[in-house]
Amino acid sequence: MIILYSILILCVVALILGLSIGITAKYFLVEQDPQVEKILSLLPGANCGGCGFAGCSDFAKSLSEGKAEVEGCPVASAEVRKLIAQVLGKSVSDYIRKVAVVLCGGSNNFARKISEYNGIADCRSANIIAGGGKACRYGCLGFASCARVCPVNAIEICDGLAVVHSDICIGCGKCVKACPRNLIKLVPETITVHVFCSSKDKGVDKKKLCDVPCIGCRKCVKVAGEDEMLVDGFLVRTNYEKGPAADLPLRAGCPTNCLGNSFPYSYKKLSKGLIEEKVA
Amino acid sequence: MMNEILVITIGAILVNNFVLAKFLGICPFLGVSKKLETAIGMSGAVIFVMTLATFVTSLIFKMVLSENSYFSHLSGLKFGFLQTLVFILVIAGLVQIVEIIMQKKAPKLYSALGIYLPLITTNCAVLGSAVINAKEGRGIIFSTIFGFSSAVGFSLALLLFASIREKLELARIPKVFQGTSIALITAGILAMAFMGFSGLVK
Repeated sequence: MIILYSILILCVVALILGLSIGITAKYFLVEQDPQVEKILSLLPGANCGGCGFAGCSDFAKSLSEGKAEVEGCPVASAEVRKLIAQVLGKSVSDYIRKVAVVLCGGSNNFARKISEYNGIADCRSANIIAGGGKACRYGCLGFASCARVCPVNAIEICDGLAVVHSDICIGCGKCVKACPRNLIKLVPETITVHVFCSSKDKGVDKKKLCDVPCIGCRKCVKVAGEDEMLVDGFLVRTNYEKGPAADLPLRAGCPTNCLGNSFPYSYKKLSKGLIEEKVA
Repeated sequence: MMNEILVITIGAILVNNFVLAKFLGICPFLGVSKKLETAIGMSGAVIFVMTLATFVTSLIFKMVLSENSYFSHLSGLKFGFLQTLVFILVIAGLVQIVEIIMQKKAPKLYSALGIYLPLITTNCAVLGSAVINAKEGRGIIFSTIFGFSSAVGFSLALLLFASIREKLELARIPKVFQGTSIALITAGILAMAFMGFSGLVK
């Protein structure tokens, strides 16, 4: 008898609770946009904050409300962008992925050292304390501040120089902010020719501090044409709006070997054979 | 009447503090006490749910489960053994309903309490207050007052502990004591300090 009553009591309590939950769920239903969930499942989910919103879910919400553009996500690939645009019922322009590149070639092998830095192994603190050990005031400090903030471990320190693996890089731009010397730039993936120097000194002075500076000889500018390479003071830069062909480093014959391709395609002198392989 | 309320309130907040004297609700006490901000959120959620839960559970206990209830007289049987089961069921369902309503009617409060509201479903302090009420045979009003004041006691301990832990972040602590160990030692000292209140209420 008591068993039956117990079952009855529990059943009644459960029924009342279940019914009231069901009724409240129906009456107090909060409409949620199914679009948001769809977009969120398409987004990379890295939560890197590269879009400027607080994580992927916030970005998805802003997308469906029309507050953000599909191009805002620096990580998503072209196909993902197209899919998201389809969900939103928009068309998306052909987007070129951006990758980071460190515009310095001064590894320990090439850059002169004036002192031995024994402080905290962090670029920002090294930059404050007499600019670390290297003589060049503009060069890479090599204490991996950029590599530590990278969410996908795309930055490697090769012989005291940060190098971005552009095939791994998702272009979130965190390293750009982390570098105290502003050496890292986000560039279109298709342009692989870079001048690996950011020093604003005169060519003669640079050459005293480093084996691989840009001395501003303009050899590459003459070969490539004025609007593909830009002259900026004592420095030549790639025009990232209309970049030169990938084989420019071979044709230009840079005297200091400062002109090179981004990492997986070659890394300057270290792998000259690879450039030829890729270009051929 | 007033006297009894005072005894229950002071007793639950200071003397028989849920965390520091009865060791109920230790998991949130250690889990969400790293920051004062989260501790405040948790405290709000606990006070809200515990007051509500003690009211509803004592209502059900008085009506159905207790020995002198109408239902027991009718059937001539005792249903006291069902109390844990029914209380858990009721508390879980109640939290669910409250969450749904809150999401619609008070979205600000909902997002402020966030994850803590559903977490309380399985909080032993909430179940504990309901069971203690049943054991003491309190009426519905006194039960609710007891639920509210023991939740306040829980919040007091949690906020004290969270603010001490925030200060500890900046203190120079020997390496072996860093992290959870110093937190547990702190909790122990805090419990000993609350021992000073014992005897205030019999």
